Amino acid sequence: MLAIIRQTVSNGASRNRPAFYASRSYSAAVKEMTVREALNSALDEEMSADPKVFLIGEEVGEYQGAYKISKGLLEKYGLERVRDTPITEAGFAGIGVGAAYYGLRPVVEFMTFNFSMQAIDHIINSAAKSNYMSAGQLSVPIVFRGPNGAAAGVGAQHSQCYASWYGSCPGLKVLVPYSSEDARGLLKAAIRDPDPVVFLENELLYGESFPVSEEALDSEFCLPIGKAKIEREGKDVTIIAFSKMVGYALKAADMLAKEAISVEVINLRSIRPLDRATINASVRKTNRLVTVEEGFPQNGVGAEICASVVEESFGFLDAPVERIAAADVPMPYAANLERMAVPQVEDMVRAAKRTCYRSV
Amino acid sequence: MALSRLNCFSSRSANLLKTLSSAISLRRPISTDTTPIIVETSVPFTSHQCEAPSRSVETNPKELLTFFRDMALMRRMEIAADSLYKAKLIRGFCHLYDGQEAVAVGMEAAITKKDCIITAYRDHCTFVARGGTLLEVFAELMGRQAGCSRGKGGSMHFYKKDSNFYGGHGIVGAQVPLGCGLAFAQKYSKDENVSFALYGDGAANQGQLFEALNISALWDLPAILVCENNHYGMGTAEWRAAKSPAYYKRGDYVPGLKVDGMDALAVKQACKFAKEHALKNGPIILEMDTYRYHGHSMSDPGSTYRTRDEISGVRQERDPIERIRKLILSHDLATEKDLKDIEKEVRKEVDDAIAQAKESPMPEPSELFTNVYVKGLGVESFGADRKEVRATLP
Repeated sequence: MLAIIRQTVSNGASRNRPAFYASRSYSAAVKEMTVREALNSALDEEMSADPKVFLIGEEVGEYQGAYKISKGLLEKYGLERVRDTPITEAGFAGIGVGAAYYGLRPVVEFMTFNFSMQAIDHIINSAAKSNYMSAGQLSVPIVFRGPNGAAAGVGAQHSQCYASWYGSCPGLKVLVPYSSEDARGLLKAAIRDPDPVVFLENELLYGESFPVSEEALDSEFCLPIGKAKIEREGKDVTIIAFSKMVGYALKAADMLAKEAISVEVINLRSIRPLDRATINASVRKTNRLVTVEEGFPQNGVGAEICASVVEESFGFLDAPVERIAAADVPMPYAANLERMAVPQVEDMVRAAKRTCYRSV
Repeated sequence: MALSRLNCFSSRSANLLKTLSSAISLRRPISTDTTPIIVETSVPFTSHQCEAPSRSVETNPKELLTFFRDMALMRRMEIAADSLYKAKLIRGFCHLYDGQEAVAVGMEAAITKKDCIITAYRDHCTFVARGGTLLEVFAELMGRQAGCSRGKGGSMHFYKKDSNFYGGHGIVGAQVPLGCGLAFAQKYSKDENVSFALYGDGAANQGQLFEALNISALWDLPAILVCENNHYGMGTAEWRAAKSPAYYKRGDYVPGLKVDGMDALAVKQACKFAKEHALKNGPIILEMDTYRYHGHSMSDPGSTYRTRDEISGVRQERDPIERIRKLILSHDLATEKDLKDIEKEVRKEVDDAIAQAKESPMPEPSELFTNVYVKGLGVESFGADRKEVRATLP
């Protein structure tokens, strides 16, 4: 079959394939890319395509990025467009928003979103609300990005997930990529979007490798904002997750499959707008729901999903909605306590079984 | 400025032009005399880390008459807003600028509409100086469709992007990093223009100001920080809030200039100086020594933390409009009657604008859901009872 593909390609543009497909060399191995590479390539392509895009943050330039996401960008685009800032989040986030008011397209990196709290006034009051307050005069095409949620052993002040905080604010778009395709497609879409976007990455995912399609490698590849992805189809119970937890949910689905429970795993990709249509369609199909998040449980993303399902699909629920979230405590340091404070695959399996009335 | 208002074509210009053209036929033609006159500022400038500009300011009859008219208009507008607030036609916050008019008009005289201005919530007069109309002001204050933010912003959220006026901000101090961001964008875009970020003596102690100033100095941004020091941060006098109320010196390595903010010509001179400086050498701080006659806002009588004698003293000795009036009269540029006539015209303009603003309807209910995003992606949004009120964001 490989030989046939090679032949078709070498005969020039076959059928309706655009020229660049013909120039790629096909191999049996699917192309793999780490999330880090995905983000780096997305930044690179968007900076190349639009001179108004620039990157600011701590260590984004000479250090090549605290997590090497911006590796090579300073060398390629120069000091004007890749700016190292002092450790002053309120100052540089505000400067980023001001630049966006003027019409530039800043990408502001927070070393982690824990530090975004120093700048949160600018994200919410200066960025998110401006288009509304000015009746459309002041648009803010800015992206705030960086790692969100728990890493490993970094303690209480460096482990919080901000999805639900930012997700509650009208005027913001909040994206939560999981795979490398997500990272590429959503970051490119975010940079091109005329509204302020909070782009929540995950440090532990940076090094993970995912297969990427040919389409995803194209420089025009963007994913739609506000659409969830069904990572795995199933019929007995829906597990909704985002970011790192999607990987855990897929593992839980594998384990549950062994016990003849078919799990549908939804990768939210977007906290705001929340894809209520996909969520509800899935629950109407499976009749059971488990929400999973890394953040604190109270007033969390799972609470919003549960409310949405109760409002729209109450009659379809065969069991109460289950929520898996971080423990309701600041993140402890000791490894065993940390393990208890963050959702584990077993938690998702147990919750899914509860919705299926299986004894645990 | 009055002329520039004619040049401001907004989408609501049709009705505006009608009003303006009728106003013009009633208005006495402003002197077109541009013969230079040299005037000395009231006091010399005090400088920090730089050489102060000369006290001698070049002006001309046309400019002086424009100053007079514009400040009289602003004064009348703010006083009218006071009455409207007491009549409960304006709700929420209303921070009035009367007393501080010289800063707005003096600055405008030194710069162009390509330079950016951003300020906090005491923004009505700055908006008008940038070309905003009285109708837009009053309609916005009353929450009507003809308002500059279509009734969705209110007193603290006036914007005029086509004149590079970026608001209108309610969070004390936030506008300073934003203003430095504007300067960053100007430099990035290679526009040879500057940004003025205005803040009060209360905001002068904000940490984010120093963060933004540090970055501006590091990156040589054409940012001019203007402290409108009216000596009171709400009810707190400057000496109770700042260990060092010498705000023009607070930039440390950033040069500063202290200016009599009640003298429109001094303001003009300082802003001209600052623009030249910022384009060549990066950020500079201007401290405008000014005064507000009203309290912090309409909820504050303004007399519990300062004496009535102090307020009337400033009005007597330093009022910006009176200064220009005396200058015009002493140079024989117009008679007392001429100036009184201008004040009458201005009063009528304000009254007409208020009448028109009152006619403007409140926003349509559908406006609740507009401008949440630029690109709404067809997403759903909800009212208080989401089963009752839903909307699709376009």
